[in-house]
Amino acid sequence: MASKKIHAIYTDDDLLMQAVKQTRAANYHISDVFTPFPVHGLDHAVGLAPTRLAITSFLYGLTGLTVAVVLMNYIMIEDWPQNIGGKPAFTFYQNMPAFIPIMFELTVFFAAHLMVITFYMRSKLWPFKKAENPDLRTTDDHFLMEVDIANHDVEKLTKFLYDTGASEISLIENEQDH
Amino acid sequence: MLLPKVIISKELKRIAKDMYTLPSKLKLFSIIIMVLGLAGITYGFLTTPKTVDDVKKILAEQDAHHGESHADGDTANFVDTVRNEEGYSEAAMEHATDLKPEGHGMSSHDEHVLHQMQTRPWSATFVAAFFFLMISLGVLVFYAIQYVSQAGWSPVLYRIMEGITAYLLPGSIIVLIIVVFAGTHFFPWQNEELVATDKILQGKEGYLNFPFFVIRAVIYILGWNLYRHFSRKNSLALAEANNYDYYRKNFKISVFFLIFFMVTEATMSWDWFMSLTPHWYSTLFPWYVFASMFVSAITVLALVTIHLKSRGLIDFVSDKHLHDLAKYMFAFSIFWTYLWFSQFMLIWYANIPEEVTYFIIRIQEYNLLFFGMLILNFVFPVLVLMNSDFKRVPWFVVIAAVFILIGHYIDIFLLVMPSTVGHNWGFGIPEIAALLFFAGLFIFVVGTGLGKVSLRPKNDPFIKESENYHF
Repeated sequence: MASKKIHAIYTDDDLLMQAVKQTRAANYHISDVFTPFPVHGLDHAVGLAPTRLAITSFLYGLTGLTVAVVLMNYIMIEDWPQNIGGKPAFTFYQNMPAFIPIMFELTVFFAAHLMVITFYMRSKLWPFKKAENPDLRTTDDHFLMEVDIANHDVEKLTKFLYDTGASEISLIENEQDH
Repeated sequence: MLLPKVIISKELKRIAKDMYTLPSKLKLFSIIIMVLGLAGITYGFLTTPKTVDDVKKILAEQDAHHGESHADGDTANFVDTVRNEEGYSEAAMEHATDLKPEGHGMSSHDEHVLHQMQTRPWSATFVAAFFFLMISLGVLVFYAIQYVSQAGWSPVLYRIMEGITAYLLPGSIIVLIIVVFAGTHFFPWQNEELVATDKILQGKEGYLNFPFFVIRAVIYILGWNLYRHFSRKNSLALAEANNYDYYRKNFKISVFFLIFFMVTEATMSWDWFMSLTPHWYSTLFPWYVFASMFVSAITVLALVTIHLKSRGLIDFVSDKHLHDLAKYMFAFSIFWTYLWFSQFMLIWYANIPEEVTYFIIRIQEYNLLFFGMLILNFVFPVLVLMNSDFKRVPWFVVIAAVFILIGHYIDIFLLVMPSTVGHNWGFGIPEIAALLFFAGLFIFVVGTGLGKVSLRPKNDPFIKESENYHF
């Protein structure tokens, strides 16, 4: 589908935040924003749904904890009971204090790694992937806001964006969405 | 000509809006519980058994009541089963002379019980007194950290912190009186007969002797209160000044206070808590006490902030500030657990008789409190405050705060009680009364302290950033 978009470039993150708020208040639709670094509160200002990554992280953490418990129970209690530190108790709960560091580490390990992998999958990132940002300067010191034109008047929208402090405005016509 | 008048009245109105007065009902409540508490504490001191015969009578009554349930098999026990060695803990406790009758220079078991029963009101008062002292002291440290780190988010809370630290002066003086006059009720090393027969205590005499002990205690309290006095003075002067000289002064004295505090907090925890059992030591003990202090302090700061916010007095404090306080509660609950576990696991794992006695008595005699406190101090705060949105919901924070405060009261209880009254502990009139008295005093002093000046700090270089704080 052919879509028309305007790329407005800003040179300051505070200016960008303000512009995002004004643009949304004027009922224009922002399809994306590209920034060289995470801008605090931007996701809220653009109106993105809260991330569910934290929930997956919690579940991964529980998985890690379970793996640790099962693992320690199998190797230290059931399969090959070991008398270490003079504690030949042979039950899980009596030896548990010694296992807590492992339980903690595996919880963190699972939560962190699986969360990062989930993040890559959700954002469709993988090695050798071609960069999607429309303007290379957004990886350095510029901020880009992408606004859908839809059925708005281009002239008016351009004027509006210019008033929000955009330093550069360009009209993009895409044959298909990337 | 009308204009200046309008401005003045507006200014007055704004000041009045930021002024806090302790609600009369709360004031009355605090006075009532203070009176009740004082009566209970007096009762506790007056009803301790006076002679060995009294003790025998009490013990006989207790035996008659639950003679059967007190079978020895019940208390032997976690340590023995873990060690897989019947009688291990008993053998270990045998060497812990500082927990045994001989440790207090007593010849008989009954005399020892008498000593512990006489100690109980002292311990009960000390636990509550220190619990509220450490809250105001912790807030003072938090305050100093904000200055030293030149924090941009927190200056809106400065007047609230200063209000809570108003309790430091009365609180610290009471604690000073208790630790100085408790004598051998608390500190076995003050018993000269015992020291004469104990090589370990003789070796520690250079540090653990009464004159030096008193000098140290006075230095701590002087240092903390001087910082509180001058930082408050500078902070109020800053509001009237037209430059940042007082701010710079506060920055400097805060740096020195933090250094002073880190040293004196360590020695304070050795003096007042670790020397209750002078044979036992743990190198991370000061940090452990500090963690408890800091998390309780921030929790109370959050509670007071919520209270003032609910009365509409601090509209310049947003839910973002509450969010940050709740983050601190969450983080330092985990920090406390980390230290608790680090201390516990190393001692449990090594299982060296002179070290493990500390946990044997706590696990055998205080089992429910000892492990229950982990749930209150770790599991509940983590689950309640984990979600980022919940940290901005006042009643969620209040629920977590109640768990944390109960948990850390138990923590202080477990620092003092097992080492001083041992098996003869209870949670009765002396404990509840002490808790009531110091809670009442705390509410009264902090309430009046908050009401002295406008709650809105002025002229702080970061106040604007703090008021506009968002993330």
